[in-house]
Amino acid sequence: MIEVKNLHKYFGELEVLKGIDASIAKGEVVCVIGPSGSGKSTFLRCLNLLEEPTKGEVILDGVSVTEHKKDIDKLRQKAGMVFQQFNLFPNLTVIENIMLAPRKVLRLSEPDARTRAEELLARVNLAEKADQYPSRLSGGQKQRVAIARALAMNPQVMLFDEPTSALDPEMVGEVLEVMKDLAKSGMTMIVVTHEMGFAREVADRILYMDEGIIYEEGTPEQIFQNPQKSRTREFLSKVL
Amino acid sequence: MDIFNNIVTEFANKIFQALIKEDRFIYILKGLRMSIGITLAAAFFGILLGLLVAICKLRGKGILAAIANGYITVIRGTPTVVQLTVIYFVILARSGLPNYIVASIAFSINSGAYVAEIIRAGITAVDRGQMEAGRSLGLSYTHTMRYIIIPQALKNVLPALGNEFIVLLKETSVAGYIGIPDLNKGGIQIATLTYDYMVTALCVAYLYLLMTTTMASGLDQLERRLHRSD
Repeated sequence: MIEVKNLHKYFGELEVLKGIDASIAKGEVVCVIGPSGSGKSTFLRCLNLLEEPTKGEVILDGVSVTEHKKDIDKLRQKAGMVFQQFNLFPNLTVIENIMLAPRKVLRLSEPDARTRAEELLARVNLAEKADQYPSRLSGGQKQRVAIARALAMNPQVMLFDEPTSALDPEMVGEVLEVMKDLAKSGMTMIVVTHEMGFAREVADRILYMDEGIIYEEGTPEQIFQNPQKSRTREFLSKVL
Repeated sequence: MDIFNNIVTEFANKIFQALIKEDRFIYILKGLRMSIGITLAAAFFGILLGLLVAICKLRGKGILAAIANGYITVIRGTPTVVQLTVIYFVILARSGLPNYIVASIAFSINSGAYVAEIIRAGITAVDRGQMEAGRSLGLSYTHTMRYIIIPQALKNVLPALGNEFIVLLKETSVAGYIGIPDLNKGGIQIATLTYDYMVTALCVAYLYLLMTTTMASGLDQLERRLHRSD
């Protein structure tokens, strides 16, 4: 589903990604963990070209994203993204947030887009909030709307950039529940997260990133119970 | 009592001379219509021009940004009345356009520069994540701007925009320089007939004030309505 080859990213002089190779299969749930500043978010953002890679290739569903920058709007439809800060559109109601892209990009009719949005809102248990503005929602509710909004484009893969890091602790659970359901439904997911419990329970594979590379990878059992490298062990001892 | 009566009589006579005799109030009314017309046209095209220039400047590179910068520098750096004179007597001198059209163009160009800077500030103030969220959904830059960024930017800068349009309305009072019978000019025309400025000047001042306060309260209401989503 996603192939990453020798991905490098510089911010000015600073090399944030120092050559990443990864392959994510259809239906796979991959959690990316690692210390702050290790390049996890940058890696994720390079996948849909929110950050432009300095070097290397990203192939999404058989199409090289890095070689088809002109078609990026089309390619981005395949990759839904959920942000740490939710980034709901405050000028639109909840249902308008979800309907906008299907209407303008997929050119769905208003009733079709509304039906789809209502289904998705029901799926994240927020059907009754359809006509509210985002400012009236709690953080957890906002993030669930953001997930519904991304799903409305029928993406092939969902990218989560620390989706629970900005939430009050009591709201983390409701968002993780939605993500677990999504994983069960067979969605391909790449999740940058600090929620080790979630990673252990839901992930098929863990990528441990450090110093701008994928430092160690493996199944949750391998990484959490038997990490091979010292930095991985050190990190896990701090967070577990 | 006599003094008081005399003052009232004299004042009534002045009002009669300035406004009623030979239907002179028509000058004021026509001037009012002209001032409002030019202001509305300039506000409308000023917003369009301002948006365009703001986006050119924000996209940051190349000839468009350079033009945008040059335009803003020139317009902000010269007096409105000089711009009006240059456009009427030099740039569009041979255009054959009626002077009120030329004035509308000149004031649009003038207002556009100020609106551009206001809107640019508004767009810059919208969180970066909004553009990222829009683009990540597959929306184009233009769509994201149109449906997400600009509505938020305009809402944020509405007070500043309102201020600009109030200034614009007042600035149109220099239109008389190129012979346009606007509100201010209407008052002067009457005064040259009556040799008395008092009534017309006060009347003109009051009408400007009435228009600006109406605009201010209209903007207030609009602002309150836009803030319903907060």
